[in-house]
Amino acid sequence: MLSIKNLHASVEGKEILKGINLEIKAGEVHAIMGPNGSGKSTLSQVLAGNEAFEITEGEITLNGENLLELETEERAREGIFLAFQYPVEIPGVSNLQFLRTAVNAMRHHKGEAEMNAAEFMKLAKEVSKQVDLDPAFLKRGVNEGFSGGEKKRNEIMQALLLQPKLAILDETDSGLDIDALQVVSNGVNALRAEDRAILMVTHYQRLLNHIVPDHVHVLAGGKIVKSGGRELALELEERGYGWLGIKDEEEAAANSAN
Amino acid sequence: MATTDQEVNELIKREYEHGFVTDIESDTFEPGLNEDVIARLSGIKKEPEWMLAWRLKAYRRWQEMDEPNWAHVGYPKIDYNSISYYSAPKRKEDMPQSLDEVDPELLKTYEKLGIPLHEREKLAGVAVDAVFDSVSVATTFKEPLAKAGVIFCSISEAIRDYPELVQKYLGSVVPHGDNFFAGLNSAVFSDGTFVYVPKGVRCPMELSTYFRINAANTGQFERTLIIADEGSYVSYLEGCTAPMRDENQLHAAVVELVALDDAQIKYSTVQNWYPGDENGKGGIFNFVTKRGACIGKNSKISWTQVETGSAVTWKYPSCVLRGDNSVGEFYSVALTHNHQQADTGTKMIHLGKNTSSTIISKGISAGKSSNAYRGLVKFGPGAEGARNFTQCDSLLIGDRCGAHTFPYIESKNKSAIVEHEATTSKVSDEQMFLCRQRGIDPEQAVSMIVNGFCKEVFKELPMEFAVEAGKLLEVSLEGSVG
Ligand SMILES: Nc1ncnc2c1ncn2[C@@H]1O[C@H](COP(=O)(O)OP(=O)(O)OP(=O)(O)O)[C@@H](O)[C@H]1O
Ligand SMILES: [Mg+2]
Repeated sequence: MLSIKNLHASVEGKEILKGINLEIKAGEVHAIMGPNGSGKSTLSQVLAGNEAFEITEGEITLNGENLLELETEERAREGIFLAFQYPVEIPGVSNLQFLRTAVNAMRHHKGEAEMNAAEFMKLAKEVSKQVDLDPAFLKRGVNEGFSGGEKKRNEIMQALLLQPKLAILDETDSGLDIDALQVVSNGVNALRAEDRAILMVTHYQRLLNHIVPDHVHVLAGGKIVKSGGRELALELEERGYGWLGIKDEEEAAANSAN
Repeated sequence: MATTDQEVNELIKREYEHGFVTDIESDTFEPGLNEDVIARLSGIKKEPEWMLAWRLKAYRRWQEMDEPNWAHVGYPKIDYNSISYYSAPKRKEDMPQSLDEVDPELLKTYEKLGIPLHEREKLAGVAVDAVFDSVSVATTFKEPLAKAGVIFCSISEAIRDYPELVQKYLGSVVPHGDNFFAGLNSAVFSDGTFVYVPKGVRCPMELSTYFRINAANTGQFERTLIIADEGSYVSYLEGCTAPMRDENQLHAAVVELVALDDAQIKYSTVQNWYPGDENGKGGIFNFVTKRGACIGKNSKISWTQVETGSAVTWKYPSCVLRGDNSVGEFYSVALTHNHQQADTGTKMIHLGKNTSSTIISKGISAGKSSNAYRGLVKFGPGAEGARNFTQCDSLLIGDRCGAHTFPYIESKNKSAIVEHEATTSKVSDEQMFLCRQRGIDPEQAVSMIVNGFCKEVFKELPMEFAVEAGKLLEVSLEGSVG
């Protein structure tokens, strides 16, 4: 489904991704782990088409289609969804209006009829219950004053509403309490499907107890330095990144400066 | 991500939807202004002597006045002798008594503007006093209003039929000498609306006037007077669009509101006059004086405006809070793009005890436009326990536009309380990226974000106006992010 070849990306002249190769098949769940600042969010944002990052080399295809030629919104309509590590607020725009606009943009793209306010309200209420978010949140401004955990659940709710082909979840488990982690994991598991791929960025192997990945990758210094199965996460937890010969961020930066 | 400047510009460029000129023969004065012109104007309108005297007094006063230059706007000098001061639809001898008699060309114009009178009559229960150029040509819903005792007619009619009311209140809120443009208006006002709501009456429907500037080179000088007698309530809607043309057109209206004891007036405006093209050519000069006087105790006047049009706007709907416990409100959305310039705000003059006022101003600037909020909150010595709350928010789209805030506070009473909040924000790249990541078009995203920014004001508008306002912002913005 998703194929990334020798991807290099930089921001403000600084290279962050230094040759990423990754193949994800439909129905698979991949987990990406790695130290802070290693480029996990950058990879997620680049896949979604954030223009702040410059692609200097490499290619990304989704079901054979060249993603790099598509605008952010076109990629979204092709089925790429990104759950943000830091969801941004849009004051005054109700979550309900935002979500309906998004769902209708997708439907429009597929040539389906738009959903009216009443139909959408019904759907949105159901989905909000699925992530244990009070339907009152639908009336509030997008992420406006949401707690960290509420924002994350709101992201998963959006994934459930938009039913993407590839869901990229950037640290959707961070900052969640134990119950919320369960709720979010259930939401992600509900997303698992034959025709859908999931790429999740996480720091915690405990998430992988709830959502069992098919593959685990370690991203360090802008490259995937190791790939394996579920057991790789456990090993990392036990032995730390040092085990893979990965230096911490400062050290790496100091080295690259030399 | 960052939608590029180029995209922004393209989105902003969207052409003015209402740009067309109605082909109606107009009976128009040759350009120029002097006492004879005023006498002729007054004569055509069959005005009583006192009215002509009033106009001439205003004219003499105006001649001694200087055009204000303190507003944060710039525009070429206006030659007041190059303006024609009267224009009327051809068949003035024989004014239509019903819609059937109205020139079909004219009705078509209204239809293009999305105001089919036929429909409106049946539908919204809105009485429409339509002003086409200078003379009212169609008025609907007079009957149910008459039953309630509400007078809703053109100001010309009111001068003839209700001279006591007009003489008592015309100029009582905005006197001749108030400012340059109000002085000019007083001398040459063409027509406008008159409303009187009697004691204890809640006006049975929203009253509404649509304005349209048409005949080339004709200044528009509307005059509106609304009086809410003791314990009455009225909501008035004003909306306007203008056809596209090249010359700048001057519009200098005066609106006076008078609220007696326990009366309430709600005045809402959606203004979408031709703003000029993307190079700043053409467009309406909108120099309006709008003021309400809460002369009675416990009275309330509330201004809500959505301003998206005009090349240059100079407008400060204000409240004079004379009655004890009276309340003034100002809710404003002003959007500028391309080369538009707006200098708008309000004045809240607290004179009575325990008077209170609220100002919510939302300025949105895009393109190379300039958008200024200018507000004065003044407490007189008798304003014991008075208070004001001001919130002034600016939203910038792109990085070539400007927002300015000029809040002035004058207090002669120590017990008065003022709260002022101001913010400036940008439509951020992160917000745009979030919207686009969810499949939403950039221009739709901007419009959604801007609408969200304006929510507090939109909710003050009557329902049908709120929808129109949202649409208007979308049209005026169509893209625009930096
Ligand atoms: N817009 C930007 N401008 C400058 N530097 C940036 C920008 N975005 C990312 N970076 C830098 O790129 C590197 C990778 O950041 P990224 O957010 O991808 O890391 P991450 O692996 O997601 O880290 P974390 O685990 O802390 O979320 C960091 O050094 C970061 O400071
Ligand atoms: Mg990250």
